[in-house]
Amino acid sequence: MNQKAIKCCITSSILLIILACVCVVALSMGAMNISIDKLISILMNQNESTEYTILMQIRLPRILVGIAVGGALSLAGVILQAIFRNPLVEPYTLGISGGAALGVSICIVFSLNQTYALSLPFFGMIGAGCVILAIYGLKSFGVVQNVQRLLLIGVMISFISNSLFMLIISLSKSEQMHSIMFWTMGSLEEPNRMLVYCLLIVSLLGCLITSIFSVDLNVLSLGEADAFHLGLHVERVRNILLILASILTGFCVSISGIIGFVGLVVPHFVRLFFGSDHRIVVTASYITGAIFIILCDLLARTIITPLELPVGIVTGLVGGLIFIYALVKK
Amino acid sequence: MKNNEQNVLSVSQLSYRQSSQFQLQDISFDIQKGSCVGIIGPNGSGKTTLLKAVTGFIPLISGQILYCNHSIQSYNQQDLAKEIAIVLQSTELDPSMHVEDYILLGRNPYRKRWQFWESEQDIQIAETAMKITQIESLRYRQLNALSGGEKQLIRIARALAQEPELFLLDEPTNHLDIAHQLQILTLLNRLKHQKNMSIMIVLHDLNLASEFCDQLILMQNGKIFTMGAAKDVLTYQNIESVYHTLVIEGENPISKKPYVFLVSEDNLKKSMTQSKRSEMPDK
Repeated sequence: MNQKAIKCCITSSILLIILACVCVVALSMGAMNISIDKLISILMNQNESTEYTILMQIRLPRILVGIAVGGALSLAGVILQAIFRNPLVEPYTLGISGGAALGVSICIVFSLNQTYALSLPFFGMIGAGCVILAIYGLKSFGVVQNVQRLLLIGVMISFISNSLFMLIISLSKSEQMHSIMFWTMGSLEEPNRMLVYCLLIVSLLGCLITSIFSVDLNVLSLGEADAFHLGLHVERVRNILLILASILTGFCVSISGIIGFVGLVVPHFVRLFFGSDHRIVVTASYITGAIFIILCDLLARTIITPLELPVGIVTGLVGGLIFIYALVKK
Repeated sequence: MKNNEQNVLSVSQLSYRQSSQFQLQDISFDIQKGSCVGIIGPNGSGKTTLLKAVTGFIPLISGQILYCNHSIQSYNQQDLAKEIAIVLQSTELDPSMHVEDYILLGRNPYRKRWQFWESEQDIQIAETAMKITQIESLRYRQLNALSGGEKQLIRIARALAQEPELFLLDEPTNHLDIAHQLQILTLLNRLKHQKNMSIMIVLHDLNLASEFCDQLILMQNGKIFTMGAAKDVLTYQNIESVYHTLVIEGENPISKKPYVFLVSEDNLKKSMTQSKRSEMPDK
């Protein structure tokens, strides 16, 4: 077996073990602590105790959303950083998250989310997709040729969508404004179980598809011209991956709100420790993203119990500090 | 021109336009198997664009490019990458990538649909490419820890891992000291002789082009000004017309190939005054 394949298996296994441990800790800790040995007996007995309800109705769905959102946002970061060959790119800098936020706010303003549960992620993806289409349309029609200029346009679109988002907030009724603001702060809480499962499936499928394209991402990171001369269908691969990144971001933003920094910090962190080979980076980023967000959520709900902080604040604080530390250390 | 079957590349009446301005116009030439063709010309004369046109990277307005007597359009992109490799001018490298991983990317054209990991054969070929370019010691180094010359060598090694028949290089000796320039061109010369590889190389240094290339193409404003053997291309008249600069034609004492001496106008005036003075009788 190829040495790198062995390295990838070992890395993924270790990270999966860490993820499992973090999940167990996240299940046991909270406003009401449940010891780990008691945890298994509660889950095995499946009785209608308060602990069982807390575990199954509140903590487990949160963990599942955490895995899906952390993994998907990290993947979107990995994809965009490879395509744009810029380490500072993530769904937020490109305006994809802004577009998704705009879509979701429109959905909330028209109260569509109360009629159809799936309308929230649908509008999120439409918003994210519109941004990707606008950026790509400019490139396809030859208005913008340079990928770096495309990036700048993405940043501008991000500002525009943020302004439109603020406009919608300022024009909406007070209860809608409250609903949008609450959603904006970012939370892993999702009462609709179907949405949780949908998100998890989309996120895991995203991981599978990105893994299939991992070698192409390696080639693409050499730049458009070199990738072309190595036999890669640059345009086709780039289109598929950009659509995938917008679906992942749109879905995540619509369910968990704006959780910043994950798409930027996690791929960086993974590259610092495991190198730049996307065959390892893709899976490692997915699992590390999941670990990171579950830990941040754990902090958010335990640091000042019974109050709960929005998870987006914790990801920004913790992620930023860890990132600076890792950069200085390396 | 010799027999068509010996031509690895045949370019005829190639034109390329970008925003209403012709970058390449009516370009025709052949490259024979196992020969080295040097592209020379001033900055902006279309040398790099020509290399990119040959690989099909830029869309042409007119003209035909035949690789081994088949149009390059008829080739699948992956198959073409097995035949033609290109080393572009100082492309940015991912600093955290390792040398070995970078060179193994050269095996991408040979990757099967669901193949994620390199085969033993791929690793062996990459090792051979490193051996040929003498960079085995750099194997586990990160790309950000390499010097300019080493980076150029790993770019060449990656292209060699493609096992190409035709090797295109865009100013591979740029920003390198004379030892590295010589090392790279000697390596290319060896590849040409040992593997019968055909080479098309863009060079700025006319003397290096004269020394290492079998045929030269002198370009000006997207057109071929003249082409042929170095002794026919590197003449005083041609160089003055294309580069608008003064040169003196000479000969390399060892290889007996044409050698161009650059002359600045100031030095020329100084030298003429001195010779006039020496001709004047002593009072």
